[in-house]
Amino acid sequence: MTPATSSSEPHAIDPAKRRQAILIVVCCTLLVAIAQYLIKLGANRLSHAGLVATTIGIFTIPPLFAGYCLYGLFTVLFVYALRNGELSVLYPLIALSYVWVTITGVVAFHEVMNPLRVTGLVVIVAGVAVLGWGGGGGE
Amino acid sequence: MTTPVSSMAVVLVGAVIGSVGSVFLKSGAHAVTRHWTSIAFNWRLGVGIGTYLLSSVLFVKGMSNGELSVLFPLVSLGYVCTLVWSRLFFHEPITKVKLYGVGLILVGITCLGLGGR
Repeated sequence: MTPATSSSEPHAIDPAKRRQAILIVVCCTLLVAIAQYLIKLGANRLSHAGLVATTIGIFTIPPLFAGYCLYGLFTVLFVYALRNGELSVLYPLIALSYVWVTITGVVAFHEVMNPLRVTGLVVIVAGVAVLGWGGGGGE
Repeated sequence: MTTPVSSMAVVLVGAVIGSVGSVFLKSGAHAVTRHWTSIAFNWRLGVGIGTYLLSSVLFVKGMSNGELSVLFPLVSLGYVCTLVWSRLFFHEPITKVKLYGVGLILVGITCLGLGGR
């Protein structure tokens, strides 16, 4: 007999694993923010570089290389999380990276914070919280 | 400063491609077993990662020319697409909670875009 391996039933996910998947993706968004910070740091060194120089730079400029490695790690963790969670819940959670990236921009790159941006951050966090806590509960 | 329609189109296409990529990533993820070949010869994961890279290139291209207040909300439309793909391909229900969550995220990202950089 051939075992029925492929396409595991998406609704037969136990709640603990689903929570774990959500937690992994939330941590993933932090990785994205760190990666973007490193890439921005590294990219300053090749503002006028062409395609070849940029490609070489990804491997030779430490912050750039580290940034792209973190993106790789993000992908691995995200794929792992997708095995145990709903795509419609996990994918929008990545929006949380906007929050970390904005905070990094203000803290590290002296970008301005204004009421509109603060509102945006708060509303995004609220949306992520709604998805994270309530999105997995079926109907 | 105004936003060229071409930038809007590039960003929108990037968002849609990214959401399609996530569908391939998820279907590829379910095909992974303990055997290394299930990852090495996993064409769905390959397509997923490829489309993801493509969408990030499109974002960088589109974002370099235009207003964030217009372009940021377009990016977040990718999340709405994902709700639809998840329903179509993985039979995940579109619940009220998911709509509220994605709606809030859309509003939040729009505010961030309006707040500028």
